[in-house]
Amino acid sequence: MKTLKYWLISGYTKGLIGMAIFYVIGYYLIKATVPGDMVDLAVFVGAIFSVIGFLLFAGALTDWLKWIVGKRPPLKHGPPENRPEWTRYLNVDVNHKVIGIQYGITGLFVFLVGGLFALTFRLELAQPGMQFLTYQGYNTLFSAHGIVMIVSILLGVGAMSNYLVPLMVGASDMPFPRLNAFSYWISIPPIVLVLAAMVVGGWDTGWVGYPTLSLRGAIGTQLFLLGFYLFGFSSIASSINIIATVAFMRAPGMSLFRMPIFVWGALSAALIQLTATQTVGISLLLSVMERSFGMTFFDPAAGGQPILYQHLFWFYSHPVVYVFVLPGLGVISELLPVFARKPLFGYKWIALSSLGIALVGFLVWAHHMFVSGMADSLRIPFMVTTLFVAIPTGVKFFSWVATLWEGKISFETPMLFVLGAISVFLIGGITGPILGTIPSDMPLHDSYWIVGHFHATMFGGFVFPYFAAIYYWYPKVTGRMYNEKLGKLHFWLMVPGFWVMSFGQMSAGIAGMRRRIADYDPALGVTGTQILITIAAFVIAWSVMIFVYNLIASARRAPMTNPNPWRSRSPEWQTASPVPELNYDETFEVVGDPYDYGKGTPAYVNMHPAAAPGD
Amino acid sequence: MRKSKHIIAVVILIIISTIVLDALFLFMFQRPAQASTQATIIDNFTNIHFAVQAFLFSLIMVLVLYSVVVFRRKPGEEEEYGAHVEGNTALEITWTILPVIAVVIFGVYAIFILNEILAPQPDEIVVEVNARQWSWSFSYPELDNKVSDELVLLVNQPVLLEMQTEDVIHNFWVTEFRVKQDLLPGSVEVLRFTPTEVGDYRVRCAEICGLQHSTMLAPVRVVDQATWDAFQTEMLAQPNIADMTQEERGAFWAQEFGCQGCHSVDGSPGAGPTWLGVYGSEETLTDGSTITVDDAYLKESIFDPNKVIVEGFNPNIMPANFADRFAEKEAEVMQSEGLEISIADDLIEYIKTLQEDTNAN
Repeated sequence: MKTLKYWLISGYTKGLIGMAIFYVIGYYLIKATVPGDMVDLAVFVGAIFSVIGFLLFAGALTDWLKWIVGKRPPLKHGPPENRPEWTRYLNVDVNHKVIGIQYGITGLFVFLVGGLFALTFRLELAQPGMQFLTYQGYNTLFSAHGIVMIVSILLGVGAMSNYLVPLMVGASDMPFPRLNAFSYWISIPPIVLVLAAMVVGGWDTGWVGYPTLSLRGAIGTQLFLLGFYLFGFSSIASSINIIATVAFMRAPGMSLFRMPIFVWGALSAALIQLTATQTVGISLLLSVMERSFGMTFFDPAAGGQPILYQHLFWFYSHPVVYVFVLPGLGVISELLPVFARKPLFGYKWIALSSLGIALVGFLVWAHHMFVSGMADSLRIPFMVTTLFVAIPTGVKFFSWVATLWEGKISFETPMLFVLGAISVFLIGGITGPILGTIPSDMPLHDSYWIVGHFHATMFGGFVFPYFAAIYYWYPKVTGRMYNEKLGKLHFWLMVPGFWVMSFGQMSAGIAGMRRRIADYDPALGVTGTQILITIAAFVIAWSVMIFVYNLIASARRAPMTNPNPWRSRSPEWQTASPVPELNYDETFEVVGDPYDYGKGTPAYVNMHPAAAPGD
Repeated sequence: MRKSKHIIAVVILIIISTIVLDALFLFMFQRPAQASTQATIIDNFTNIHFAVQAFLFSLIMVLVLYSVVVFRRKPGEEEEYGAHVEGNTALEITWTILPVIAVVIFGVYAIFILNEILAPQPDEIVVEVNARQWSWSFSYPELDNKVSDELVLLVNQPVLLEMQTEDVIHNFWVTEFRVKQDLLPGSVEVLRFTPTEVGDYRVRCAEICGLQHSTMLAPVRVVDQATWDAFQTEMLAQPNIADMTQEERGAFWAQEFGCQGCHSVDGSPGAGPTWLGVYGSEETLTDGSTITVDDAYLKESIFDPNKVIVEGFNPNIMPANFADRFAEKEAEVMQSEGLEISIADDLIEYIKTLQEDTNAN
């Protein structure tokens, strides 16, 4: 009863009520004042209003509004008064660890929802012919699966970056804690808008929303475009904090090349988020304007240019792939030395390769448009830049292998997921060049080969490392160890499941299976493969359920006695678990290299520099 | 020496693994039959990719799995550390430079292959491809611009497709020909290939184009010279608009404007109501009222398709620009044939003929 009460008065509930009220106000404001059938405009204004309503009611703007009227409310750190401590996770809270957990749990929830969509249409695809979905239902589900999963990955990146970066660089919090809370809370209403788009008729453009299809679609398309657009605010605001934390809040002695390697991944990702999100925002906003006001940007019938959208869209949406994978690859580099009991091979090369990938990632967007009708004089340079992505990525792979070589490797669940991530990301990596060269891309473009390729990239670059990270830092967050047996079961179901799914998709694609189709021609001879993919998808789903159970059940276990179960050198393991409110009792000092694992090597951090001055 | 033993073992394993994987890839990734010059070139190029994939996958995975087996922590080693190596600049430079060289060579090679695929041929036949949600039609400028809803091509005759879309982006893809090209609204996109195998194929739209994207197919026939000649004669013998009855014209326009992409003529379901038996029937609308399908209703539904919607169907699917497009075509017919027609009336006359059991004796 008490729990329900706290949910009912939580920021989420209040926010959703505010969202509904403000949506109705915005919608009917237009309906009442603007003559004619302006549903698109009404939805546009309603959606913008609804986000403001959510933030106001949830309390994410309270302090800033007080500033406007001249008050200076102090920044409140610490658990809420007169309420149980756990309720701080239901309300606006400025602590970066609380926000990290909020991101993580929301991301996981959205991940499960997106997975459910996938299972539904995988079941439909197991046999040719339409069994239980309509075309409209299918198209909406696959479109929603795409955008919902992207949102869940960005939330997962937010979870890792928010929780870990301040902790790793020795900061007590991020420099703009209110902005940090705002970044999280503004991510919720867009998710609601996208899910609402599914029930008001859905949309059938996929997550890319290409015009002119997106300009003709039902009203669900408008809500989807707006939800996607508004989610960008969260990315941009959050990246400012990450960059500022890394730039200004590092502990004494922590030069850039002495940061934990994950911080490099998070920093590179934040740089992309800060600089690229605007262009996808503008492409989506222009589509919304075209629908709402009849302005012409993309419809050639009125002088627009449909391919312009694709350029703007992919200028963000290719680099964003590296927003997903760079933190994930950072986790791989972070964990490998701990479990191999060896220094990280070529630290500087790995760190700079993250920046290299981020940079090259900005120069390859048009490879998504090789068959869009671009001139060869454009296609060919993009082909060459695309192939160059292989080089910094290769540096990472080789460095990881060299880190494992001659180690003393142990195989706890986080390490298993790291190795799984390497194998899956490798599948994603090696199946890329074939898409990067135009002649071999022609038959594979918009086929299931692409579907297999990017699922491998996303799972290897984000999902597997994210699971590794959750297992690895679970004891840090909760002070309790997860169940190792269930963790291993999760791994041994998920890896073969994923391998089968991935290769199955590629095999179907090369046989002629198109992307985004509700039904396929039995003459292609891919029915057996489709059944296999569906079974594999369900195996993955079950393994994820085991994972979720493990997380929940293990929270009830007895607290750990060992504060540093992985014998890591990293500073976050030298403080208590769960981490104190302001992370460290005193500022530590960096006195050695982060991954200098070996007998008698100097420590990475001196946790009590004041106690032993000059030592 | 122990160290060289590891390296020899790894090299041997990588070689074996590469050979096995390459064979496995060729088995797993089976392609449809090759039916164009381009298909052969692309497949040979793709085979190089498969070999490179097999090698790279083996290189990394053999090293990882070898380390997992050989360098795992044994019981009693819990407190021990691995070799204390922090990096090797020479090695890092090597595995940066070698891929750069490989990538540049591969990129340049791909450019040559691309040029080979795209090269114009001297004696190309032009076919105009028209796409709309969710059907294809093909028009032959060399056959008096006659229109067909199947694509018929002469074997070994290079073809140049000039492709246009009436609404959203579509993509022309025949798996057996391998090549693929988007159709962009507002421009003419071209695609070249030379079919090399007589047979029946299918063009499938490969770019999501809305509700019935998965069903946007059309037959493609590659034929020998004799069949080609017969096809030409048959196409040219198609009556001109001036010689057709009103019902025949209606059927012709239904094909020309792609009506059957959504409205079947045999009662099968589609994005819009079937035309079979629709004339004179009573339909329930989304607002609950009923209406009898007559000339006025049909005309309104053609020109203002979102005004009323029959229950079970969705608004905003049918284009609302047929008034303009019909007027344009009618003016064209007026100019070329000197004939004053109404396409909407023709269509309605055609729809009237589509009754169940009308010809049953």
